[in-house]
Amino acid sequence: MTRLDAQIRYATVAASAETQAVHTPAGDAANVIEARDLSVFYGSFCAVRSVTLPVRRNKITALIGPSGCGKSTLLRSFNRMNDRVPGSRVEGSVLFHGQNLYAPNVNVVDVRRRIGMVFQKPNPFPKSIYENVAFGPRINGWRGSKSQMDELVEAALRRAALWDEVKDKLKQPGTALSGGQQQRLCIARAIAVQPEVILMDEPCSALDPIATLKIEDLMQVLKQDYTIVIVTHNMQQAARVSDYTAMMMMRPDRAGEMIEMDETGIIFSRPRDKRTQDYVSGRFG
Amino acid sequence: MSSNPSTATDILSRELEFKPAPQTRRLRGVIFVILSNLAVIIALGTLVILVLDVLISGLPWLNLDFLTRADSRFPERAGIQVALVGTVYMMALTIVIALPLGVMSAVYLEEYAGKHWTTQLIEININNLAAVPSVIYGLLGLQLFVRWLGMGRSILAGALTMALLVLPIIIVASREAIRAVPQSFREASLALGATRWQTIWNHVLPYALPGILTGNILAASRAIGETAPLITIGALTFVPFLPRDILDRFTVLPILIFNWTSKPQREFHDIAAAGIIVLLGTLLVLNAIAVLLRAKLQKRY
Repeated sequence: MTRLDAQIRYATVAASAETQAVHTPAGDAANVIEARDLSVFYGSFCAVRSVTLPVRRNKITALIGPSGCGKSTLLRSFNRMNDRVPGSRVEGSVLFHGQNLYAPNVNVVDVRRRIGMVFQKPNPFPKSIYENVAFGPRINGWRGSKSQMDELVEAALRRAALWDEVKDKLKQPGTALSGGQQQRLCIARAIAVQPEVILMDEPCSALDPIATLKIEDLMQVLKQDYTIVIVTHNMQQAARVSDYTAMMMMRPDRAGEMIEMDETGIIFSRPRDKRTQDYVSGRFG
Repeated sequence: MSSNPSTATDILSRELEFKPAPQTRRLRGVIFVILSNLAVIIALGTLVILVLDVLISGLPWLNLDFLTRADSRFPERAGIQVALVGTVYMMALTIVIALPLGVMSAVYLEEYAGKHWTTQLIEININNLAAVPSVIYGLLGLQLFVRWLGMGRSILAGALTMALLVLPIIIVASREAIRAVPQSFREASLALGATRWQTIWNHVLPYALPGILTGNILAASRAIGETAPLITIGALTFVPFLPRDILDRFTVLPILIFNWTSKPQREFHDIAAAGIIVLLGTLLVLNAIAVLLRAKLQKRY
């Protein structure tokens, strides 16, 4: 644990000092994803500048910070969803098990299968609950029999803590579920393709407190099998669910930067940066 | 405006004098309602009179024999069979040609093409093409299909010309349907590791289907009434035999009707009216299908 801590501190210090490159050992088994001096641009606008951030295996890493500070952009650069935005480009690198996701020979489709995503607004397909979950394995070329697919769908729904609520209505449209159930269906859909990492972009901001709590409980279970990165506006949520917290801020030129990262307990009790302290104590943002 | 709100001397802190609505204000509203009603009556009234006129002169001639007889020089022996078959052939062929072309163009423009000045140029041109007079398409078809490609005055040449004519309509309608599919579905699909094409095939096209079909049916009903381009490419006005294949010469309903109305005998004018009834009926059925499809399929998300 102390070794990991030292490493995080190292990365954090390096980021705040704005050095060009940070030399954490490549292929460190504990870091599933690692952003290194990562900048993301939309055209000439720099949305995220020089972020260096390690994401630990089987931990929940929360990205917090005021609106517009680049949290979502950073998250979406981890599975190259930003590629969809015309004119977007990155500098620096995102290492996934030591391999740069932005290297020219990388297969984006494969990246996205291994690094799944849950969105802010629950977005089940307008198909049956079963088809929502079965879609991912099918398009990724999984050739299971009908009974194997049934098994896979059930397993994914069980892991997403949704099975008991939907087992009798698998043929009904996923869009007919409640908001919280829809979001858990989206989680089931994501884990059905066996990702290693699940990126969550404010997954609870459209949900009521009870549904939110269910998702948070679920995340605690899921982290045993997956690595989770969550963007949240909800301070309490970050404090409740995450193991590590990265604090981001907007610079005067409107580019987002990471100002501090540490264990969640430390960020919320004795952060080093005054701005972090003001933000987590609710004094602004 | 006061700069200091606490002194409360801005205009809202004084009592404003509102006059009760005078009669003229009410009257203006009433006049507007009457005018809009009048506009509707004029538009619908002319249509009703037209349809009634057509029904009165055409209905007595409308029977099964009329539908199954070929054209003739004698009005009492003339029928619309050849033109009806020609219309059906041509519509089917037009859609078979234009639908894949139009939908694929729309998919390219919406899903693949970036926002370059070239795509903008293509977009402007497609919108312009939709407004080009149909005779121009006829001239294009005459030169390109009838002469250069040697298709002659055939159904195929006509259908290709019609396909060009309705292509802009299909592309615009399909693009709108594709654009209406929420981005969140595309993102959800891509985030699962689907390729762009898998996303389009499994999500974008199925959800856009009602809109695409509606656009195609509307395009078909536009093509069904077009006469000018077909006359230009040389569809014949008098064809007493059924076409054997798509390379045979042909005629269609609007041309037949046009031909009959230009004859001196009164009876021909009456059977022209009967032909119009058939044409209107077909159009009505097509439009009804479009409305039904939209209502039935579009509640999916």
